[in-house]
Amino acid sequence: MAGIFYSCQTAESVQRDAYYVNGRDLYIQHCQNCHGEKGEGLGELTPPLTDSIFMKANKSQLACIIKNGFSTPLTIHGKVYEGKMPDFNMADIDIAQLIVYITNGFGHKQGMYTNEQVAKDLKDCK
Amino acid sequence: MKYQFTIRYTIVLAAILFLCACKEQRKLPVYGLRDTKTVKNSDGTRSVDTVYQTIPAFKLLNQDSTYITNDNFKGKIYVADFFFTSCTSICPIMHRNMKNIFDKFRDNPEVMFLSHTIDFKYDTPSVLKKYAQKLGVDGPKWQFAYGLKDTVYGLATKSYLVSVEQDGTDKQGYVHQGYLVLIDKDRRIRGAYDGTNADQVAQLEKDIPVLLEEKQ
Repeated sequence: MAGIFYSCQTAESVQRDAYYVNGRDLYIQHCQNCHGEKGEGLGELTPPLTDSIFMKANKSQLACIIKNGFSTPLTIHGKVYEGKMPDFNMADIDIAQLIVYITNGFGHKQGMYTNEQVAKDLKDCK
Repeated sequence: MKYQFTIRYTIVLAAILFLCACKEQRKLPVYGLRDTKTVKNSDGTRSVDTVYQTIPAFKLLNQDSTYITNDNFKGKIYVADFFFTSCTSICPIMHRNMKNIFDKFRDNPEVMFLSHTIDFKYDTPSVLKKYAQKLGVDGPKWQFAYGLKDTVYGLATKSYLVSVEQDGTDKQGYVHQGYLVLIDKDRRIRGAYDGTNADQVAQLEKDIPVLLEEKQ
């Protein structure tokens, strides 16, 4: 029983790790220029991705922000960011991998995020 | 006793040689086109002198909506680049790297920075001001310059040797190179570093003190 449980856990974490690694490549390619290597942001031009409370509270919005861009002012770590983020027209799986990377890197630990969750989030975009 | 003197001399000699070796200074190359001119020496003879390419006189609006000219950079070396505020590809990384250099030489009044916008439609001085404030570098040390398209594009391609152009097929409307160009006190180009490449930016950081050391 313990063995089955253990192997299940491993299968999930293997998938999560694969998403994380692919997500990192996507991050370097599309996001790092502005958000920085360590998710530190850039001055008051680009917000950091290191605010765990924000990342958790807005997790279901992340897919929409990546896919459609974002231009409403944001307050992160007490600073207001009002710049415009461009849209990145990516496939659901790429968005899922990116979300796994940015919600598990930079000091976060929020676990797996699936393509289905991304598809569902994108339906509810504001 | 005699033996001791020999050792002493050897040490002194070694020290002198060592110091001489240290004096050997690295010198940065001078880039751009060159011309020659014949000059008359004080003793009446003639000789040929090299004329280096220099940054021509310019007059541009800065982030405070005041004019800046070459006089603002008189007696200083500066790092120049071309960007636009809404650029999301190479500009953020260029300015992230440039800001690191800016921070390193923050207290050196002989080092300045000059960023020209190539977005003559949108990047008015007030937009540049906001950008500078948000980057955290607003002040006289780092100037953000706005000018007419022909003026700025001419400066970029002919004087700083950085390729810039308006491109309707590009999503953001402009394409440009990300060089950080190092200009000396005689307005000559002494280096060009890819602002998106960490190694080249590190080289720029090493080259600035070399250029500062140079005698006029």
